[in-house]
Amino acid sequence: MSFLEYRLKFAPTGFAKVFYVNWSLYLLICACATIGWLMLYSISGGDMQQWAEPQMKRFGVGMVLSLAICFTPIWFWRSMSAAAYIATFALLLVVYFFGAVGMGAQRWIDLGFIRLQPSEFMKVSLIMMLATYYDWLDDRKVSRLPWVILPVAMILAPAVLVLMEPNLGTTLMLVVAGASVMFAAGVSLWYFGIVIGLIGAGVAGVFLLRGTPWQFLHDYQYRRIDTFLDPSADPLGAGYNILQAKIALGSGGMAGKGFMQGTQSRLNFLPEKHTDFIFTTLGEEFGFVGAISLLTVYAAILIFLFWAAMQNKDRFSSLLLIGIAANFFLYLAVNLAMVMGMAPVVGVPLPFLSYGGSATLVLLLAFGLAQSAIVHRLR
Amino acid sequence: MRRPPRDTEDSARRINRRALFMGGCMAATMAVLAGRMRYLGIDQSDAFSLLAEQNRVNIQLLPPARGLILDRNGKLIAGNEQTYRVVITREGAGDVDLVLNRLSHLIPLTQEDLTRVLKDMAKNPAFVPIPVADRLSWEEFSSISLNAPALPGVTPDVGLSRLYPRDTDFAHVVGYVGPVSEKDLEGIENPDPLLHIPKFQIGKIGVEKWTEDVLRGSAGNRKIEVNHVGRIMRELERAEGQSGADLTLTLDADLQNFLQVRLGDQSAACVVMDVQNGDIMGAVSAPSFNPNLFVRGISNADYRALMDNDHRPLANKVAQGAYPPGSTFKIVTALAALADGQIDTDTTVSCPGYLDFGGRKFHCWKSGGHGKVDLARALAESCDVFFYDVAQKVGIEKISEMGKTMGLGQRHDLPMSAITEGILPTKEWKQARFNQDWRIGDTINASIGQGYVLASPLQLAVMTARVATGRLVVPRLVKAVDGVEVAIAEALPLGMETSHLQTVRAGMDQVVNGQHGTSYAARIDNAAMLMAGKSGTSQVRNISAAERETGVVDNVDRPWKERDHALFVAYAPADAPRYAVAVVVEHGGGGSLAAAPIARDALLRVMTGALPDPMDYPESQRARIDAMLKDLRLRRPDGSQPPEIKA
Repeated sequence: MSFLEYRLKFAPTGFAKVFYVNWSLYLLICACATIGWLMLYSISGGDMQQWAEPQMKRFGVGMVLSLAICFTPIWFWRSMSAAAYIATFALLLVVYFFGAVGMGAQRWIDLGFIRLQPSEFMKVSLIMMLATYYDWLDDRKVSRLPWVILPVAMILAPAVLVLMEPNLGTTLMLVVAGASVMFAAGVSLWYFGIVIGLIGAGVAGVFLLRGTPWQFLHDYQYRRIDTFLDPSADPLGAGYNILQAKIALGSGGMAGKGFMQGTQSRLNFLPEKHTDFIFTTLGEEFGFVGAISLLTVYAAILIFLFWAAMQNKDRFSSLLLIGIAANFFLYLAVNLAMVMGMAPVVGVPLPFLSYGGSATLVLLLAFGLAQSAIVHRLR
Repeated sequence: MRRPPRDTEDSARRINRRALFMGGCMAATMAVLAGRMRYLGIDQSDAFSLLAEQNRVNIQLLPPARGLILDRNGKLIAGNEQTYRVVITREGAGDVDLVLNRLSHLIPLTQEDLTRVLKDMAKNPAFVPIPVADRLSWEEFSSISLNAPALPGVTPDVGLSRLYPRDTDFAHVVGYVGPVSEKDLEGIENPDPLLHIPKFQIGKIGVEKWTEDVLRGSAGNRKIEVNHVGRIMRELERAEGQSGADLTLTLDADLQNFLQVRLGDQSAACVVMDVQNGDIMGAVSAPSFNPNLFVRGISNADYRALMDNDHRPLANKVAQGAYPPGSTFKIVTALAALADGQIDTDTTVSCPGYLDFGGRKFHCWKSGGHGKVDLARALAESCDVFFYDVAQKVGIEKISEMGKTMGLGQRHDLPMSAITEGILPTKEWKQARFNQDWRIGDTINASIGQGYVLASPLQLAVMTARVATGRLVVPRLVKAVDGVEVAIAEALPLGMETSHLQTVRAGMDQVVNGQHGTSYAARIDNAAMLMAGKSGTSQVRNISAAERETGVVDNVDRPWKERDHALFVAYAPADAPRYAVAVVVEHGGGGSLAAAPIARDALLRVMTGALPDPMDYPESQRARIDAMLKDLRLRRPDGSQPPEIKA
């Protein structure tokens, strides 16, 4: 669609845009962030400075940026997609060759005043790029092989770079979020079926051939996979985190032990309690009720995103909203499944709660884009 | 590029369809997550809460102070001393080897110590303090305190350890404590958590062992909140333990000391009893040993020396020594014959020096014979033939039954280790034990306390007390628990005719006070405190006919191991019995010579409550006795040992 087409229908301009922002969505996001600050305050034993305050500042900065994005027309962002994708990809290459090593993986570019984690930004850039691609692509060509290979390459190129950092969690999120956009864009189900079938066959092959002379991997690699899939087999190593997380969640009971009363986190039994495992503290201190409340807030955010996507007749906007929703969902689903002991431990933060700059910033930027799509919907 | 509106419409609808599908998948996933949360937080909540508590709360035991053991007058027999020790925790130390290495420069640590510490550490969680060294000197203790910064995880600690201030005097009766061993724990169904404290002291033997439950007390505990590495964050609760109850024994510390010193290096045992209530006033086995050595961990050399000593210092001869009672058993035979009506006070038997029975000669100790003897004389002069004669008429069953009535052949219920039952043989017993028929010769041997009959000094003392009072005196060792007197059941009458008892008592009186009595030399020369008793000399080997021909070799000319056991039982005052005593001197020779003087000293000591007065002894012995008494190295009134006099 060209710029002129937008003019055919009504789209809010100027100060009027304020009335078209989905403030409920921002309110829910702020609610999540507030829960996060409370948890960070509690985990640090009542110390604002340690985690809560820096996180609030980051959120504030992110929120300003988000609003700025929100009030910028969505067609501008669409036109920026390719540039953003290429820039982020370039940053990934920089990380790959020159990046700082942290926690055993090469993830950051240290610019001195800020540490950039390009893989996080790629999550948004990729969705933008794919949405733009499908907006541009003739609807009838969507399922044709060459036009399928192209977006797959767009997904796999950054995914491979991120995997080499190595950062398995983000890689998976990139692939699945990208695939979600492709799925929403209408790519034939056959492709998904074939890919899922191939992956299934591959995994089955790896495991079925184990112990035979034709096994793909070395024994020690199999053992690593075992611990990865079933941490409880190693209760003092990888399993320790999961066990302690489950203890924290389970001991919370229905209503929890009360704010700042969580023993698991306060006495340091929980690993990564302020980042990836922050949900365990929520579960411990506010119990089942607290955990379900957070899930409800998350669900409401997702519903708003999907509702906005379905209302929007602009293909770019719809796909963008769906991609952001998928991305957001992947964050929370992988994180929660992980801390509840249903998935292997991969480093994925809990959106708006976990302490950390890049993820919060990227999510706020993404929601800025989503709001922009909502505000600039043709009415 | 414009698209046909239809195309856009279709595309939008497809997007919506697929978006709905994705939304459905997400909803399903979130439902699963919520379900999982429900499972963890509600269904499994109790289990996880428990785990969280276990994570968080550690319970530390506070060992109670062990109860004191006191003598009847409140003098300390077993107490607790403060010891300086040093403990180490694995979590605090970090590099355990390095810290132990540094520690070994400050205090002497053997390789054994280090191995033990590492073993204990491996067995226990990281935060449990493991004792490294105990009983440090103040210098060592302070040097560790001073170097604390270089010794992470090492804590100097003040603990309590058992101390026996009167070391050798009570070793056998009171016993000693030692660290809990695997063996101690094996037999216990549900062991007191205290027992798992490394090096916790429990009673190993004697009163310490048998009244363990009373003395130990109960553990206090403190609940502490710990963090993930076990460091203590704060104390949640503290429940002080219950110190063990103090035990007052019936023993008299000063009498005990007198007896111990009096017995000296002889392999001997002596029991003094209050016949009125059964209180054991003194119970001494010699030679003795120092129980403090065991508490501190006895060295191999010391232990070997104790084990290799043929006088068996570790054995509690009072209760676990079973000896042929010899002629002291004639009391039982006499009472059995009287009760059976086979004899009365006036019955006489002619003693030619032996009794010919079925072609076999049973000799009297006096080869020339006693001539015509009645019961009193038979006791006084210890005529064997008289008892041979009456015993075969009475039969072994009735003799043994009388022995039982008198307190022999049974375990008296006292908190002492390895109490022997002794042996009162019967036909059935011999059949069961040796698969042999009882022979009349066995009865004849038993009548004078030889052959199969065995009794401990404790049992002989009980027998004497029962003869003296005519009542079923039951021995008692524990006088009070935590100041509360242990009730004494009134001793029931033995159910014997008084005249029988009086006949035997008269005989016992003559043993000591009769001119011809076997123990006339050991009499007390004070009308108010006259002693009555019965000597016994029991053979530890058979005297062959050939030997008898050439004349029996005198005791002193035989190797120690082959000499006769000397026994003496007595009570005093003879006319109003108050105390009974039994003395056994292993391989001591004649009972009158070796045992009776000890019994006399013991009785005088307990009756006067002070060192015996030489004036109470026969005139001819006074000088010798005076010198002997002055030579005794008794404890000072404060319980301390006087310095050894070097020759």
